[in-house]
Amino acid sequence: MNKTALHESHIELGAKMINFSNWEMPISYTSFIEEHNAVRNAAGIFDVSHMAVFDFLGGNQVAFFEKIFANDIKKISQNNKAIYGALLNEEGGILDDLIIYHANSKFRLVSNCSTREQNRDWYKKHAVEFGVEVIERSDMGILAIQGPDALNKILAISEIDHQVNKLQSFGCIFDGEKLFARTGYTGEDGLELIVPNSDIKNLWDKALKLDCTPIGLGARNTLRLEAGLNLYGNDMTIDNHPYESNLGWTIDMSNENRQFIGKDALLSIDQSESKKIVGIILRDKGVLRAGYEITHGQGNGIVLSGSYSPTLQSSIGLARVDQGYQENGKVMIRNKELNIDFVSPRFLRQGKIRP
Amino acid sequence: MNDIPGDLKFLSSHEWTRVESDGTVTIGISDHAQDLLGDIVFVELPEVGQSVDAESDAAIVESVKAASDIYSPLSGEVIEINSLLENQPEIINSSPYEEGWFYKLNPSDMDELDNLLSPEDYNNVCED
Repeated sequence: MNKTALHESHIELGAKMINFSNWEMPISYTSFIEEHNAVRNAAGIFDVSHMAVFDFLGGNQVAFFEKIFANDIKKISQNNKAIYGALLNEEGGILDDLIIYHANSKFRLVSNCSTREQNRDWYKKHAVEFGVEVIERSDMGILAIQGPDALNKILAISEIDHQVNKLQSFGCIFDGEKLFARTGYTGEDGLELIVPNSDIKNLWDKALKLDCTPIGLGARNTLRLEAGLNLYGNDMTIDNHPYESNLGWTIDMSNENRQFIGKDALLSIDQSESKKIVGIILRDKGVLRAGYEITHGQGNGIVLSGSYSPTLQSSIGLARVDQGYQENGKVMIRNKELNIDFVSPRFLRQGKIRP
Repeated sequence: MNDIPGDLKFLSSHEWTRVESDGTVTIGISDHAQDLLGDIVFVELPEVGQSVDAESDAAIVESVKAASDIYSPLSGEVIEINSLLENQPEIINSSPYEEGWFYKLNPSDMDELDNLLSPEDYNNVCED
């Protein structure tokens, strides 16, 4: 099984480890809820080095990304910024969701762990015509420091460029090989640090000394769920198109001349008929889980992700439902019909319950 | 690491039972089980008066992580459920063998006790 550069540190901290797409990763150090609340109330640090990191050399990289990426790379290609979007196949199916970072005239891409080989082959296949070399950076690791106190902690770490304090959300800068970005997967302010594995342990240890709480993949899941962020493989797969996956906002057709992979297929989709991903809150006792069936006055749906929300103190989920839903519906849990409310998938705004 | 009270008997699926002085039995889940499940947020208990069969599902426990069926170590009629669990399911995490019990039974066949594991045997199951 693959291990991150921090594997020994996780074991020393007493983490429970799980096999996540053939990586041995910490699911929890203490408790999901304690870790979750540490990120919402203070600052937590995550080792997410299992994610796949790619750099690119030479050729026409902008034209390459214009073709393979459904969002428009030109939104960031003149700035020090990151952009989120989807990698589509010709049929408009979602191969993955990813973030492309651009700073100091360099691009760096981070995509999911479980899709590493598929994506590597896909990038390489399409890079040829643009003369771009794809470099998988298995020598890189990723730390995320997230929470309302994250920036204060980060500014106390001398190895991190203090320019990060001036970055807007999704802003990023390179410092040599190190990339610092104001991105994350929790709905909180904070930073993701995509840095050589040789730098990781020192940064991790310093953050822990500053009382950043180590956070496992368990709380990472409840945090992203509260923030309404999709998890590839759960909330969307290759069999889903972006409009039924809450990713319509990442599809950029503003440049009519840009011919990206999947565009023709997307143009043939009647969005007024597409299913939608919606947030659901369980109004009865119980816990929503993936696969549970939903009904509403105008159609059906299915729970994609479900868990307990420590912030809302009730069970929440993401569901893909037929259009025409109103405020409430029903979910079947173990042959019992329970009540749900349909809400925005963004259960929280800036880490707080929406009014 | 787990201090298992000596008067308990176990299923290998981590449920315990204790025979009380009045001949009823109390049922719950082990410290090892609560540790595996993590933060418990909901419990679905059987109803008072309901009959349960040994080694069949009698309750459901949901943690943040997952849902798990709870199997009854013994057959019998449910005579009491732990109403504390409705609003404070987390006491199963903090006190699995005392405050975090699930339900009490009037057992129908005490011979079924012989099918259960001693604390030592159960501990060996956990360490495997």
